[in-house]
Amino acid sequence: MPETLKQPEMSSSSSLKGEWVSEPPRRDTGHVLPDWYQQIQADSWHSFLETPEPTRKDQDWRFADLKKIRFERITPVGSSIEQGAIVKRFRSNRVESSIGHCLFVNGEVVDSDFSKLPEGVICLEINEALATHSDLVKEHFMQDPVRLGSEKFATLHGSATLNGIFIHVPKNIVIDGPIEIHHFNGGEATGNFPHTLIVAEANSFVSVIENFETISEDDSPITIGMVDLDARDGGKIQYASLQNNGPKAKHMQINASRIGRDSQVKNCFVNLGSAWVRNEAVSRMIDTGADSQMFSANLANSKEEYDQRTLQLHEAQHTTSDLLYKNALYDQSRTIFSGLIQVGENAHHTDSYQTCRNMLGSDEAEANAMPGLEIDADQVKCSHGSTSGQISDEEIFYLKARGIPAERARRMISFGFLNEVIQRLAGDGVKEFIGEKVEAKFRAI
Amino acid sequence: MSDQATLDAVNIADTGDFSYPEDYKHDAGTGLNEGVLDYISDIKKEADWVRDFRKRALKVFNDKPMPTHWASKDLENIVFQNIRYYLAKGQTPTRSWDEVPDDVKETFERLGIPEKERKFLAGVEAQFDSEAAYSNVKEELTKEGVVFVNSTEGLREHPEIFRKWFGKVIPTGDNKFSALNSAVFSGGSFIYVPPGVKVKHPLQAYFRINAENFGQFERTLIIVDEGAEVTYMEGCTAPKFETATLHSAVVELVAMKDAKIQYITVQNWSNNVFNLVTKRGIAHENAEIRWIDCNIGSRLTMKYPGVIMKGRKARGEVISIALANDGQHQDTGAKMIHAADETTSNVIAKSISVGTGRSTYRGQVHIPKHLKGCKNNTECDALLINTNSRTDTYPAITVKGNQHATQHEASVSQVSEDQIFYMKQRGLNEAEAMSLSVNGFINDLAREFPMEYSVELKRLIDLQMEGSVG
Repeated sequence: MPETLKQPEMSSSSSLKGEWVSEPPRRDTGHVLPDWYQQIQADSWHSFLETPEPTRKDQDWRFADLKKIRFERITPVGSSIEQGAIVKRFRSNRVESSIGHCLFVNGEVVDSDFSKLPEGVICLEINEALATHSDLVKEHFMQDPVRLGSEKFATLHGSATLNGIFIHVPKNIVIDGPIEIHHFNGGEATGNFPHTLIVAEANSFVSVIENFETISEDDSPITIGMVDLDARDGGKIQYASLQNNGPKAKHMQINASRIGRDSQVKNCFVNLGSAWVRNEAVSRMIDTGADSQMFSANLANSKEEYDQRTLQLHEAQHTTSDLLYKNALYDQSRTIFSGLIQVGENAHHTDSYQTCRNMLGSDEAEANAMPGLEIDADQVKCSHGSTSGQISDEEIFYLKARGIPAERARRMISFGFLNEVIQRLAGDGVKEFIGEKVEAKFRAI
Repeated sequence: MSDQATLDAVNIADTGDFSYPEDYKHDAGTGLNEGVLDYISDIKKEADWVRDFRKRALKVFNDKPMPTHWASKDLENIVFQNIRYYLAKGQTPTRSWDEVPDDVKETFERLGIPEKERKFLAGVEAQFDSEAAYSNVKEELTKEGVVFVNSTEGLREHPEIFRKWFGKVIPTGDNKFSALNSAVFSGGSFIYVPPGVKVKHPLQAYFRINAENFGQFERTLIIVDEGAEVTYMEGCTAPKFETATLHSAVVELVAMKDAKIQYITVQNWSNNVFNLVTKRGIAHENAEIRWIDCNIGSRLTMKYPGVIMKGRKARGEVISIALANDGQHQDTGAKMIHAADETTSNVIAKSISVGTGRSTYRGQVHIPKHLKGCKNNTECDALLINTNSRTDTYPAITVKGNQHATQHEASVSQVSEDQIFYMKQRGLNEAEAMSLSVNGFINDLAREFPMEYSVELKRLIDLQMEGSVG
């Protein structure tokens, strides 16, 4: 470690309410990490110790149940587990037509194959990329500040040993078929820090699906993931995250998209499991013609809490964005949607939409919606909408009259409700993979 | 716009911007401490419980932080120690217009108050700084048992009616400014309408700040008993002083079973008044509370009228128009708390931002667990006139349970070039076309206001829009 690194005193951690961790959650990856990155890790750890936990007064945590993030401890990933069974499980559970894959078990690569990717595409495990493509990674790595309240989580993420994939698509390369990344996590309160970084150069296209599962239903991993998406000069990225953890997991994901001239990023969250989920997504439209598509389909039951915050940031003229978040709620589940469209001072001719729809399937479920607008420009078309309701008796009656039992009718309508989001994704394989998982969860409710 | 119309419009704006020399008999001085509260209580000869109420409120006020973690930082510019909390000419409200001191009379005559009364009002009260200068209720109403007095008289003469609800709808600790009001309140209207009485004509109050650095803290409590109905209108003006002035009112409404209350506000404070008002109503079974709110003046307005729907089938409604011109921030909204089955609420808010004006909608809709058949509809539309105008929308909607329906919609747009072109082609100039278009935007809401208010509103908007094109 270079001498310039300042190691902060540990004593300042005593001010924390929850204990979280007592030292940076790092392990040896076998790669020599560049100095700039080690400095980020050290600085992040320092900030982590300085940053207070969110409080009830933080607007970014309004309606959130803060008890869920009073982590007593986040344990480092421990003993190795039987990997053969997981590889088998993964093989029977692939995204059709995928062009490359990587399987992580507790943060370590167990199986991967990127040999079919077109020439010129860089697709590497993130630590390997840090070691071999230091400058390229540096240009895009965690470039945007965390804006939606999770500084505490982001700094811990920055200080930790990451796992994930770095993808760089050179100009004019259209990757035919999705890249799939699978994370299987186990253990008790084990910290897991996935980081996905995708860069699409001029007129390129890449589709990535990231799938999160727990190894067994009893596992309770704490995932704090970040995703950086950078599309420029007509580049296009589709990123979909499917979170299908067991009921004890806690899952956080902070996504930052930077969208350049005539470029597009599609960012989709699908949540089916976990006791607590927080998704933050920021899309920055930084040049003319930038387009952001943000979707989410969530199926919450038992006592799950899904907390989603979004920001559509229009920084240039003639940019567009659309957002559709849908929640189906059962049992005593809670969802929070807080979205903001911000149209900057010079971002004239912005066209921006935001919709959140909640379908409540039980008398004890709770849906919170805070759709927001901040407009500081002219010639802007902006609107948002939010609705909460339930399946009407007429709809059920209609299907029953056609011979479909009420139970099944209910499921069909609920699935259709979420399917609208899934259908907005590109790629049959991706849609099918997510659709099947959603249907399976409906059957289990 | 024809020359005459322009002149008329200008005249309207001028009506509020004048002040008279100060010759107050009672002046509590600047700054806030227990002594000020005692001074107010002594002058008003208040009962001990009111005195204690004020002192408790002062403690709450001092303990509460400014809500700047979510609200505008402009609040930090209020210097509470530079404000005068009580000023009065020592007048008791007179029943006859002739007895009102000349300068006060002239003030209100310039604002057109007795004239309005002659026309159609059932009762009127005019407040000059801290105290009501003039108060009159038509005889037949008094006979029917309607009480329409100021807060001092209400608490002193009719505690049996008002004490029960005073400070109950909006508790002292609700927010920093409701606590401030509870400590130093003076003036305002206390109204009681007995069961079954339907007050045909609106009751009206006018509020006027005349002195520099003065804070006006009126307190209004309206109780409408079973099956009764009332409409209440208030208007506010102040001359433009060099330094900022504070207006912080608390308005509590209680609608008993089957009662109806309609509360209309046209706020046209000069644009250095901080207007920080807490307004809330409780609607019992099958009762209806409507807030019709128009904010045109002030430097910063923060006002979110609320309805707590406590009884089955209660209804709440907020209709709001905000116009933010250069240097103004209209931070308005609505709060709908559903606390019983089959309650319905409706919020329609329209805002217009001109020049560097900023308008903000903040809303809260809350439907708790185990209720049935609650409905909410919220619509907020914003119109931006200039490139540097700004608008924000921050609603928060909580729905628990699966037997409700809520919908929220907001949109932001600007006057379309096509529309302006169309009108110009038909001989209107650009300013007229803009005015017409803006008036069209709020027209469906303006109709909710009584006629002379909606005419005034239209003129004010025409005037505010002058020179704003480009």
